[in-house]
Amino acid sequence: MDSIISAASVIAAGLSIGLAAIGPGIGQGNAAGQAVEGIARQPEAENKIRGTLLLSLAFMEALTIYGLVVALALLFANPFNS
Amino acid sequence: MYPDNFYSSTFTLLAEAEVGKHFYWNIAGFLVHGQVLLVIWFVAAVLFILSILGTRDTNRIPKGWQNFMESTIEFITDIAKNQLGESFYKEWIPYIGTLFLFIFGCNWAGAIIPWKLIELPEGELAAPTNDINTTVALALMTSFSYFYAGLSKKGLGYFKRYVSPIPLLLPINILEDFTKPLSLSFRLFGNVLADELTITVLTGLVPLVIPLPIMLLGLFAGSVQALIFSTLAAAYIAEALE
Repeated sequence: MDSIISAASVIAAGLSIGLAAIGPGIGQGNAAGQAVEGIARQPEAENKIRGTLLLSLAFMEALTIYGLVVALALLFANPFNS
Repeated sequence: MYPDNFYSSTFTLLAEAEVGKHFYWNIAGFLVHGQVLLVIWFVAAVLFILSILGTRDTNRIPKGWQNFMESTIEFITDIAKNQLGESFYKEWIPYIGTLFLFIFGCNWAGAIIPWKLIELPEGELAAPTNDINTTVALALMTSFSYFYAGLSKKGLGYFKRYVSPIPLLLPINILEDFTKPLSLSFRLFGNVLADELTITVLTGLVPLVIPLPIMLLGLFAGSVQALIFSTLAAAYIAEALE
């Protein structure tokens, strides 16, 4: 394999996860903060809030996972590796 | 040049991920991934045995396995009822429930059972959901079922929703039909594979104790992903039905 291609793929794999983690990180922080606020205001609703929070956290997590899938494709199933 | 398998010392005996290596079977001209099929059959057998144990000599007052299976069914019914509403949920319980139990069983079977002890000529046994073919199949099944739900309820009037609220949104609405299965399959595949890779890398660095919390996190993530997949499938079906 061309060494330029492999170097570029490794850099791109690192960047794809790193960049994909920024947005969901901010979003998850916001969601968790709001959930804590909600629990502090209404402790009896804790179970409901927790369930919804976990479900929505997993949705946000999925965005990072897309970056991970791209990185995995670059590392293990590189389409330019002819 | 690329690491085909993360490989270190003898400590990685129980956790070594091999990405892109498969135990190929040639069935009628098709190459299939044998290691995935083996674990799928195992999970299906476990679910089958559990349901037989649960329904054998049923009592009015449940106890033992019957009790356990009844609470499982109640949990599944709740998922379907929350998304689909009172009037439609009954006929979709089997589909949603099968999705949930199958994905849950696959994720946990991959995380709990030390498959590494069973040697294969090539590739290794792991959670079937860490193969993208499995998750794409599940996601496409969901696509077909929401089309079926919409078409059987509204007939050709179902396609009216592509031009609502305004015809300008037609391309986006069509695109949505492709992104739904794509995101469903990538989410499940990426989560399961990410867990396995994390555990592998950590086991390579520190073989003892340290990977344990991550393994527990993997179990938790596996169950949450099963819940999310089935919830989303139910939500898509509900969207087509409304």
